[in-house]
Amino acid sequence: MKPDLLSFTSKGIYCAAADVYLDPWRPVDKAIISHAHADHSRYGNKKYIAHHHSVPVIKHRLGGVNIQGISWNEPFSVNGVQFTLYPAGHIVGSSLIKVMHKGEIALFTGDYKLENDGLSTPLEMQRCHTLITECTFGLPIFRWKPQQEVFSEIENWWSFNQQNSFTSVIYAYSLGKAQRLLHHLQSTHGPILVHPAIAAVNESLSTIVSFKSVQTLTADINPIDHPGALLILPPSGREAKYLKKWGELRTASASGWMATRGNRRRRNVDRGFVISDHCDFDALNTCIKYSEAEKVICTHGFTDIYSKYLRGIGFNAGTEHAEFEEEEVENSTDLLVQ
Amino acid sequence: MKDFSLLIQRLDQLTKTSEKVKVLSDYFKTAPQKDVVWAIAIWSHRRPKRPISTTLLREWAAELAGVDQWLFEDSYHIVGDLAETIALLTCKKEVTIHHSKESLSTIIEDLIALKTQSENQKKAYITTKWAELNYFGSFTFTKLLTGGFRIGISQKLMTKALESAFDIPSDEIAYRLMGKWNPTEVTLKKLLFDNDPEANQSRPYPFFLAYPVENTPEDLGDISQWSIEHKWDGIRAQLIKRNETFAIWSRGEELITEQFPELQSIKDQLKEDVVLDGEIIPIKDGLPDHFGTLQKRLNRKRITNSLLEEAPVVFRAYDLLEYQGKDFREQTYLERRNCLESIPFSGPLQLSKFKIFKNWQEVEDERLRSKEVKSEGLMLKQIDSTYGVGRKKGDWFKYKNDPLNCDAILTYVMRGHGRRSSLYTDFTFALWDRDPKDPEAKLVTFAKAYSGLTDQEFKEINRWIRSNALEKFGPVRAVKPELVFEIAFEGVAPSSRHKSGYATRFPRIVRWRKDKKIDEANRLEDLKNLVR
Repeated sequence: MKPDLLSFTSKGIYCAAADVYLDPWRPVDKAIISHAHADHSRYGNKKYIAHHHSVPVIKHRLGGVNIQGISWNEPFSVNGVQFTLYPAGHIVGSSLIKVMHKGEIALFTGDYKLENDGLSTPLEMQRCHTLITECTFGLPIFRWKPQQEVFSEIENWWSFNQQNSFTSVIYAYSLGKAQRLLHHLQSTHGPILVHPAIAAVNESLSTIVSFKSVQTLTADINPIDHPGALLILPPSGREAKYLKKWGELRTASASGWMATRGNRRRRNVDRGFVISDHCDFDALNTCIKYSEAEKVICTHGFTDIYSKYLRGIGFNAGTEHAEFEEEEVENSTDLLVQ
Repeated sequence: MKDFSLLIQRLDQLTKTSEKVKVLSDYFKTAPQKDVVWAIAIWSHRRPKRPISTTLLREWAAELAGVDQWLFEDSYHIVGDLAETIALLTCKKEVTIHHSKESLSTIIEDLIALKTQSENQKKAYITTKWAELNYFGSFTFTKLLTGGFRIGISQKLMTKALESAFDIPSDEIAYRLMGKWNPTEVTLKKLLFDNDPEANQSRPYPFFLAYPVENTPEDLGDISQWSIEHKWDGIRAQLIKRNETFAIWSRGEELITEQFPELQSIKDQLKEDVVLDGEIIPIKDGLPDHFGTLQKRLNRKRITNSLLEEAPVVFRAYDLLEYQGKDFREQTYLERRNCLESIPFSGPLQLSKFKIFKNWQEVEDERLRSKEVKSEGLMLKQIDSTYGVGRKKGDWFKYKNDPLNCDAILTYVMRGHGRRSSLYTDFTFALWDRDPKDPEAKLVTFAKAYSGLTDQEFKEINRWIRSNALEKFGPVRAVKPELVFEIAFEGVAPSSRHKSGYATRFPRIVRWRKDKKIDEANRLEDLKNLVR
């Protein structure tokens, strides 16, 4: 049997034929990066290769690194092995990484979602022999409602808070979820203010996507000038002292984890809005079936349970350990501003 | 049930107690009275008996959701709540409005009638409901079908909401809701407003509860204001004798008269009508026995003679709430005690004695005598205090013995429930069965604990578990023996519950001993030496 095109090492997912790592968790010479979240694009690599749209945020986070931008659907070669990036629909710039060598195709999903969020280029799922997939929400209890419904829920909640003179606060990851909220919420509804970390991400994305202009939430802003405001903060922002002067707050978290009541109570927020940048159970199944993969490897999320499910429906599926953060609800540190 | 499941939805979206009280109070004011009676019954633990086993519910839900049984079970372990799991798995995404047309009382009547129907009829009824209800409708419906309705509404909170809705003092409401009443028969008027002497006959008073001493008892001030007695480890109970009525109630408001035949003679022993507050305790050679002995007596269908001989009990009284038909709760503690001590104590009816000390050092010395008299520590009661309702700070304190403790090794982990369902928080601990240097040495489990660590520590341990988990047994994972924790507990007694052959009372985690290696953990022998 020939060796696998991609293997799991202590440093990361490794393509020996090309001597290159995908989203490595220890420093390496050459890394191809699926997307700009901190657990997938870490410090210390000598060279980074990522989609053009990921480049500004990676530079914003990691400073002057040696990084090369690549377009989707344009194969490039590393030591004779062919790589291609395709849109993964997770956040702006997020990509599937396809590896092709001697007729063998492997596909690494990074993080991905099927629903078109209007900001990230929609997922273009690929066929492959070996699929390395995330399964953050690989349980049938996770089934997302169409996003429009959730955004109306958020707007209703915001209106209710406005009528009662409460300030609305939503906790959302500063890269991805925050921009998605900005893109979908109607600014005619009232003023929206964002945490400086979110403003900084918006700024670095400004050449790629445009957002409605919103004010940055700083300590010197006077709440009286922004009645009925909605504040968007990263999960780590809940300790901010200046929140006190915003009067009575109503808090919410926007995350796929909010699907269960236990997680919501753990976070101690008033409302949990179930909106995720990952595939839900049905979407995972759809994508994996589409891939026609002969072998499926689950890397992070409910890997044991989901791979067992996949075996039950006829896939040759297993798990490998990857050091991507399981984006658990209790992570109070934002994945971007660490 | 539409109003009711909307109420559940609203309550679920609130975190502030005052807002929950308001929403619940609005419901009480506007809902049909029959529904209000049922809502009160639900939150005072008087739900109708479960018409169906949860095993069948889980099978039917998995079938309706189109998932394999194992996947249903794994999902359930992660969600941590059966009704929620079923709602998440069986609700169709597109159903967003339907909360059910029937009223709460109609649904409950259906469920009561269901109990006698065939399994097929039950299945048809329940799965139809699941299929047509929205998320909160389904969640509420299944909650009515299954265990306790625990969604952050305590009986105290409900009592407050009733107070605000009907303008009756909450202590009065707490009293009226005590004892036996049947929600299928009683009207709201009868329950809350009418004065019905017959209903009062066997009705217990709400129990007054103590707070733990926070730092040192000296903080309580003038020692002459405090009565000190030993704290007995048994079942808190209220004994009622009114005319021909003789009833014993547990603190969980269960009528337990029949469970303790040896206490029946107290009825004839008492000349006057009284209501006594005290503790049912197991007795061995004239002294209190382990609580474990008493556990053998609980929830038995039949009390055999051998059981009576093996684990006899007494009622040890420490307060008097009613005397000759008169409510004594407004009298001071000393006045109540005075009257209490005029009762003839003998046989299974015992008096718990109290003392007033001259200084706090004597109190400390008395507490050290706890082992001798087999008590759990001391109770401190303010001598001029009245008998209150529920837990109120200031008048009664418990001052327990220092806990026993040992250093143990984490061996198994399980996901928590409810708020902790996404983390492994239920830990099982083990000790060495012999000197760890002995190559034959094995770890034997002796305690399960889930409290005492900070969220931060839980997170750190969970990260460790991810790379140190060994085998999996359903929801339980074995982990590499590596982490040592200090475990505290109130007592230890032989038991078949754990591999070690011993079980502890109220085990909890005191601290993570990062400084200790596993061969520094305690041995089973050390635990055996703590058996009193």
